[in-house]
Amino acid sequence: MTSPFRAPEGGRIDRAGTVEFTFDGQVLTGHPGDTLASALLANGRHQVATSIKLGRPRGIAAAWAEDPGGLVQIEEPFPEPMLLATTVELHDGLAAHGLPGQGRLADVPDSARYDAVHHHVDVLVVGAGPAGLAAALTAARAGARVALVDEQSEAGGSLLSGTERLDDAPALDWAADAVAELAGSPEVLHLQRTTAFGSYDDGFVLALERRTDHLGAAAPKHVSRQRVWRIRARSIVLATGAHERPVVFADNDRPGIMLAGAARTFLHRYGVLPGREAVVFTTNDSAYDAALDLRRAGVRVQAVVDARPEGSPRREECEHAGIRVLSGAVVTGTQGVERVTHALVAPFADGAVGPSSAIACDLLLVSGGWNPAVHLFSQARGRLRYDEVLGAFLPGEALDGLTVTGSAAGVFDLAGCLADGQRGARAALTALAIAPAGEDRLPATPDPVVPTAPLVLWRVPDTSGADGSTSFVDLQRDATVADIARAVGAGLRSIEHIKRYTTIGTAHDQGKTSGVLTSGIVAELLGIPVQATGTTTFRPPYTPVAFAALAGRDRGRLFDPERVTALHEWHVAAGAVFEDVGQWKRPRYYPQPGEDMQTAVLRECAAARTGVGILDGSTLGKIDVQGPDAAVLLDRLYTNLISSLKVGSVRYGVMCGVDGMVIDDGTVLRLAEDRFLVLTTTGGAAKILDWMEEWAQTEWPDLRVHCTSVTEQWVTFPVVGPRSRDVVGAVFPGVDVSNEAFPFMTWRDTTLDGVPVRLARISFSGELAFEVYVNPWYAVAVWQRLLDAGRPYGITPYGTETMHVLRAEKGYPIVGQDTDGTVSPHDLGMAWAVSKKKPDFVGKRSFARPANADPLRKQLVGLLPVDRETVLPEGSQVIDFLADGQLPPPPVPMLGHVTSSYRSAELARPFALALVKGGRERIGDTVHVPVNGTLVPVEVTGSVLVDPEGARRDG
Amino acid sequence: MQLIACPWCGPREEVEFSYGGQAHVPYPDSPAELSDEEWAHYVFFRDNPKGRFAERWNHSAGCRRWFNAIRDTTTYRFERVYRLDDPKRGGTELASSRKEGTAP
Repeated sequence: MTSPFRAPEGGRIDRAGTVEFTFDGQVLTGHPGDTLASALLANGRHQVATSIKLGRPRGIAAAWAEDPGGLVQIEEPFPEPMLLATTVELHDGLAAHGLPGQGRLADVPDSARYDAVHHHVDVLVVGAGPAGLAAALTAARAGARVALVDEQSEAGGSLLSGTERLDDAPALDWAADAVAELAGSPEVLHLQRTTAFGSYDDGFVLALERRTDHLGAAAPKHVSRQRVWRIRARSIVLATGAHERPVVFADNDRPGIMLAGAARTFLHRYGVLPGREAVVFTTNDSAYDAALDLRRAGVRVQAVVDARPEGSPRREECEHAGIRVLSGAVVTGTQGVERVTHALVAPFADGAVGPSSAIACDLLLVSGGWNPAVHLFSQARGRLRYDEVLGAFLPGEALDGLTVTGSAAGVFDLAGCLADGQRGARAALTALAIAPAGEDRLPATPDPVVPTAPLVLWRVPDTSGADGSTSFVDLQRDATVADIARAVGAGLRSIEHIKRYTTIGTAHDQGKTSGVLTSGIVAELLGIPVQATGTTTFRPPYTPVAFAALAGRDRGRLFDPERVTALHEWHVAAGAVFEDVGQWKRPRYYPQPGEDMQTAVLRECAAARTGVGILDGSTLGKIDVQGPDAAVLLDRLYTNLISSLKVGSVRYGVMCGVDGMVIDDGTVLRLAEDRFLVLTTTGGAAKILDWMEEWAQTEWPDLRVHCTSVTEQWVTFPVVGPRSRDVVGAVFPGVDVSNEAFPFMTWRDTTLDGVPVRLARISFSGELAFEVYVNPWYAVAVWQRLLDAGRPYGITPYGTETMHVLRAEKGYPIVGQDTDGTVSPHDLGMAWAVSKKKPDFVGKRSFARPANADPLRKQLVGLLPVDRETVLPEGSQVIDFLADGQLPPPPVPMLGHVTSSYRSAELARPFALALVKGGRERIGDTVHVPVNGTLVPVEVTGSVLVDPEGARRDG
Repeated sequence: MQLIACPWCGPREEVEFSYGGQAHVPYPDSPAELSDEEWAHYVFFRDNPKGRFAERWNHSAGCRRWFNAIRDTTTYRFERVYRLDDPKRGGTELASSRKEGTAP
């Protein structure tokens, strides 16, 4: 099937193949090698969508990522919004429709894979046009490790859009040879369909490789759809080319109006005639190529309208080809509805426009000059310089490790680009002290035509009567010259402010065609030099990147590492409900059939208080502290004295920051004179190891001590309750578990079937308890032995919820839950854990601050709801009535807040812990806690609600 | 993303490092002898210069060693890094660095 606007020959498409796709519900065909845009144009379709605010018809206005018009929503093979028809490669089954500036995210999970690769090179070349290929060849020939990335489907850059010749043959033959040579260089990575979208510090560049998008449904499932390359380059050569810039005039947004260079691309690369009758409006010589090439392909070129009074030396060439050239003329407006039908052309001299006449056309090509693609240079904080002759911003300074070459540096002729690419690569090699290869020839170019200077023309004065309100600067944002005038009229001067006021440059294309135009128009309106206006800041990404690509493999289960204990499978089989504690998965409770959390936890609590319970406490942080000065380090970091601890014994300790506030608590086992096992909270394990390391390295490097995390080297099973001695005694017959032989806060080593086991009399519940430590390899076996031995006593596995209730009943705080970084040991009622003997320890000096002696500091107390029914929500405020029993006027002063709150099986009522101002002085008082709009009276108690005498710990 | 030159490991990605604030603020020899104000200066007060600054860094996801660096707070450039036991202590020309062992 032949599409009506397909040229009879030419283009890099595969004419033998046919691709069927759907656009706006209509089934169309194209060829392999087409983009969605070229296939639509081949079918005579210019309009893609309507504009976001004004609903004006919009079409394809450029051939690649700079297109401000052709936004589409992909429906098949996977819904994806806001892509450009010009950058979507055509494949069978593609279904899309035009978008008025806003799309729809997929409502089904994306099953595609995304990944990332780190890559390190000597020289990274961005762009595989003439300059980039020359640079890559020079670097590769010198033996450097090279990466060459280019966003198109094939190498060649601007050569793909033209008919240039090198070494007396089509220039693309040279490009193909260059690609082959690079492929044969073992140190070269060459990636097409790969957009370098961000350049950062120290030669770090992010690039997105579209690996399977062009394959559609044929994409192999095992290949990632897109890949983010994280490239660290010792030196970067940018050969990113240039974007053609339009000229603004009235009604310059109709479908059928396109950049002149884009028409050449559609013709030469895709074999597409973008129209039948063309008018070419230009301010420079480059558009003459488009006029002549289209003429040769059979398009009727009605006129070349050149704004320069002297025109171009190429006038003769055009007239020879039968093309009328109107020098000193401009396009002042257009006619047409869904497609341009006429260009209004008028004489133009000294900034004044004469009377216009209409020239019929279905294609209006525009060229206002070229903007070097300086995005990556600017992102790397390179400063730009405005070039008066080109009317464009160029790299204005040299950056260490980054060279800009070719048209990105303002070099626009083929011979110049090749030479500049080679120069850039040689400069990079020199900086890296890599000797260039002896043989590094550039291809011969035909004698270049010396171009005449372009005219810098941002906009044509609006003679339509619309006052610039139909002269579009940013088509995607429907922002016009009138909008800029309004911004300037409102007093805005900074280009950054004008950008935000008008929204110009904030759309999908980030101002690729509109940015410099805006700078120019603002400068004109303000009567200041364009250099003074400058550009808005270029920020990554250069083109939009899907969040899925940035996330890569780090999503779902791999978003954050999950840590599980050696018993995890057992917990799962036992029906545990898990909770996240840091990265750990911990069983929260083990519901039996028909139980909810409340019933399960009450049952588990009762078992631990009256029989025996068992907990997987393996997540507890464990730090092995070794060395002759181990005790000295711990004495300086803990509030209490550790050095007096005897080998075989255990001590509870509190750690504070230099500000005297609690940062962690736990127990310390003295394993030997020069060795301790420090137990931290689950969440504090990494932090406390860092803390110890920091002090040991930075303040006391003379201490001979080493700290090593052994959290994962030991599993820990607290066996808790009055019957725990029976269970542990039965499993470890070699240990005398009597209170006399194995007292509270001591540890003993033993073996089980030859496996070393450590037992410690530590209690986080107030009950008689033994913690069992063993290598994780034996976790399941030891756990099972304990369960078997406990069966006669109804041993009950319990989770973190029960652990929390049991400890809260005893007033044991959880650092980070009952404390918040403003709580001292004294506030917790732990003055007993603060040594008075030690001359100093971290935090001690702060205790002497007057604020620490304030009797109204918040202190940890217990709260008992008087109704014996309400479970106070954690975080609730605690307030006080006035003496007359009335609420104080708002804002009601806050006495403190509830930090922990549970139902207690032991107390047969709910209870809470709270930080309350002057709390210990209030014991016995009744205060109030607002819960869902009602004030719940609560009695203030001491923080220890169960067994305050501590009678149970020895069984 | 910057490269930071760990004195032991060489240049590594900045994400491997954590920041430790101003360098050369030693723990006072005898905190008990300091006034509340002097102690508060040690605990809470740090310089915040525009320009060159002596800082502590930790190669926390690498060798886990602490080191010092002179960094420009306006450009983020690391002028140099040095080990804690470097006798030169980063040079004496830094106005912001405090003399060792003296209370602020």
